[in-house]
Amino acid sequence: MKPRHKRLIMVVAALATAGVAVTLVLNAFRSNLVFFFTPSQIAADEAPRNRAFRIGGLVETGSVHRDGTKVQFMVTDTAKSVPVAYVGILPDLFREGKGVVAQGRLEADGVFHASEVLAKHDENYMPPEAAEALKRARSGQPDSTKTLVIAQPDGGATQGSKQ
Amino acid sequence: MIPEIGNFALMVATAVALTLGTLPIIGAQRGNLRWMALARPAARMMFLLVVIAASCLVASFLNNDFSVVYVATNSTRALPVQYKLAAFWGGHEGSMLLWLLILSFWMFTVSVFSTHLPREMIARILGVMGLIALGFLLFILLTSNPFDRLMPAVADGNDLNPLLQDPGMVAHPPMLYMGYVGFSVAFAFAIAALLGGNLDATWARWSRPWTTVAWMFLTIGICLGSAWAYYTLGWGGWWFWDPVENASFMPWLAGTALMHSLAVTEKRSGFKVWTVLLAIFAFSLSLLGTFLVRSGVLTSVHAFASDPRRGVFILLFLGVVIGGSLALFAWRAPKVGLGERFEIVSRESMLLTNNVLFLGAAACVLLGTLYPLMLDALGMGKISVGPPYFDVVFVPLMAPALFLMGIGPLARWRKANVPEIAARLKWAIAVSVICAVAVPLIEGKWSIMVALGVLLAAWIVSSSMVNLWSRVRPGEGGQIGAKLASLPRGYLGMLAAHVGVAVFIVGVTLVKGYEVEKDVRMDVGDTVAIGPYTAKFVGTSEGSGPNYLYLRGEFQILRGEKLVRTMYPEKHQFSSKSEPMTDAAIAPGITGDLYVSMGESVGKTAWVVRVYYKPFVDWIWGGCMIMAFGGLLALSDRRYRLAQRQSSAGIAAGAASRA
Repeated sequence: MKPRHKRLIMVVAALATAGVAVTLVLNAFRSNLVFFFTPSQIAADEAPRNRAFRIGGLVETGSVHRDGTKVQFMVTDTAKSVPVAYVGILPDLFREGKGVVAQGRLEADGVFHASEVLAKHDENYMPPEAAEALKRARSGQPDSTKTLVIAQPDGGATQGSKQ
Repeated sequence: MIPEIGNFALMVATAVALTLGTLPIIGAQRGNLRWMALARPAARMMFLLVVIAASCLVASFLNNDFSVVYVATNSTRALPVQYKLAAFWGGHEGSMLLWLLILSFWMFTVSVFSTHLPREMIARILGVMGLIALGFLLFILLTSNPFDRLMPAVADGNDLNPLLQDPGMVAHPPMLYMGYVGFSVAFAFAIAALLGGNLDATWARWSRPWTTVAWMFLTIGICLGSAWAYYTLGWGGWWFWDPVENASFMPWLAGTALMHSLAVTEKRSGFKVWTVLLAIFAFSLSLLGTFLVRSGVLTSVHAFASDPRRGVFILLFLGVVIGGSLALFAWRAPKVGLGERFEIVSRESMLLTNNVLFLGAAACVLLGTLYPLMLDALGMGKISVGPPYFDVVFVPLMAPALFLMGIGPLARWRKANVPEIAARLKWAIAVSVICAVAVPLIEGKWSIMVALGVLLAAWIVSSSMVNLWSRVRPGEGGQIGAKLASLPRGYLGMLAAHVGVAVFIVGVTLVKGYEVEKDVRMDVGDTVAIGPYTAKFVGTSEGSGPNYLYLRGEFQILRGEKLVRTMYPEKHQFSSKSEPMTDAAIAPGITGDLYVSMGESVGKTAWVVRVYYKPFVDWIWGGCMIMAFGGLLALSDRRYRLAQRQSSAGIAAGAASRA
């Protein structure tokens, strides 16, 4: 084999490898994108049934029920609410009336089964998704008097997760 | 008064930075000796002024001067002194000042340790760093001044975020920034080489220790951050692929590639253009990381809109630095010239593959970190990229790099012989395969990922040992001890860092493969089996720390019937904040940690408790520290001291002949 041929083969092999790698990466990327839906969107049946997504909003006051490590609560964007079930320990900042973001799947029973409940560690901080859900719900009902302040946190973010 | 002095020092520093960023660089282009000679004193002056400014901020914290907005938002009277000092970098404004302080510290160090560099070179290097400092000074003074006053002053401050009140958090940001900013030296060297159109092995020898030292600090910084997340956040995770973590990991990946590329540039004068490009990448990613974390875009891209000045300034600055340096690269890189040729199978080609893999990994992290921000900024919806993406992408990218780690150091430069390498590594291959089969069998559960992880870790260690043995084998030239002592520190540092990687992989693999996690409801007297232990909930008690109240749980850890130890996880209630914080109890061990943390109270005396058994988890951070130690070892190589003297003579002669 001439050196020229050898080089050509190497270039082709390198390009093929790079092509396959990029395809794999983008494929992994696409299948791991987690979309976000508000309780109102879920009520309007816009959320997917067969893949994981995130919801955000406020934990409805008085809706938290614990049974050992099982927790049930309602997430609301002030217009609509979604029941959420979670097994495990909730993050420190999980409180009734405060913002929350959960990741999981919407099951056939209409309950959102969360695999992860996220919170950011700053008490006056609202998770961006939660703030977004409230904003969207509010723009649908302009007479709402509630206002939200999105404070900029200086601390790191954290999540309580259950893998 | 003190804050005004600090403010004034920063203003003077701006003038000095402007001088430093212009005159010496112009002087170097025109051959004006007087202008070039300004570089060193100006750099030292900068350092002095920034130290004064930083001291003023420290003094304001210690004096409880709550008429300063930054102090009022990040401290209280009751805050322990060490955390008052750490509160310096507890927020955005102080972090920017810390960045600047470290930058001027590196400028000062360069001005001290570069006595042997040609004067054009040093003028350009310090000039480029001066320009970066100018950008940061303007950013601080125009948009994020830590000395801004609060009128009227408040009686007591808002307290430092309780999560940051932790020894790990005291050291983490300075270490990380030492690394980030350290890459500015490598960057300045690269820009200086582009400006001068002269890049050779001596250039690589000068810039190599600076890259190594930055990489070392960055490694320690990331390690501390990860350990902090593990024991402070209370959830036992050590890496979340959170954008904040990714921001520090990307420059590390690029910096690792740069270190390896510099080795080729120094030894073989190869990869010149590539090395320069990597230096630009590493620093650009450091800047990007700083701003991602500090600008608030991660929290919400709309935070950008709420304070447009900061956002616009950041984008402009990033644009100027990255765009400017890449444009300079495109224009001047052809002048730098290519290196020597090499064959498809050679140490060069393996290092090149390493570089490509590391950059590919950095690109994947960048995609996963920035894509959600882009979509959000364009109003195309909110998405997030899950950790599985990173896991899926990282294993196939890193596995070949780790495999090459065994072969590369044994391969010859220019042209290597595959059968010869295979023959030398036959024992390493055998040992690795045996380990990969045996370890999962001993642990009692076989999985492909565990086998792969153990295989690669054993491969790295055994091939490093083969490599070392070939250098110290007794025979002609002396005994083992004498040979070992005469090995270059750079070589030993490389081996140590590689072994550190192996230790790290063992930790990651075994934790992922064999950790036990249980969330259980426990009442007083209840027990739960966890790994080889049993945990028994004895009860709770209350008390108070320096600035918080705590509720403390007591757990007895039994092995069989024998009491091994007692663990006390806590819930902290910081008086000035209303939310409680979880403080996990960890029993560390070489072969695994036991981790107990209290969730929430359910019923009168019952709690939801999280108990983990994390086998070999400490190896993760141990491995990182060994890597950093390898960097330290390489730094102490005597050739940097010796070569400096020799090469400066050579360069002076070269400069004279050119002139």
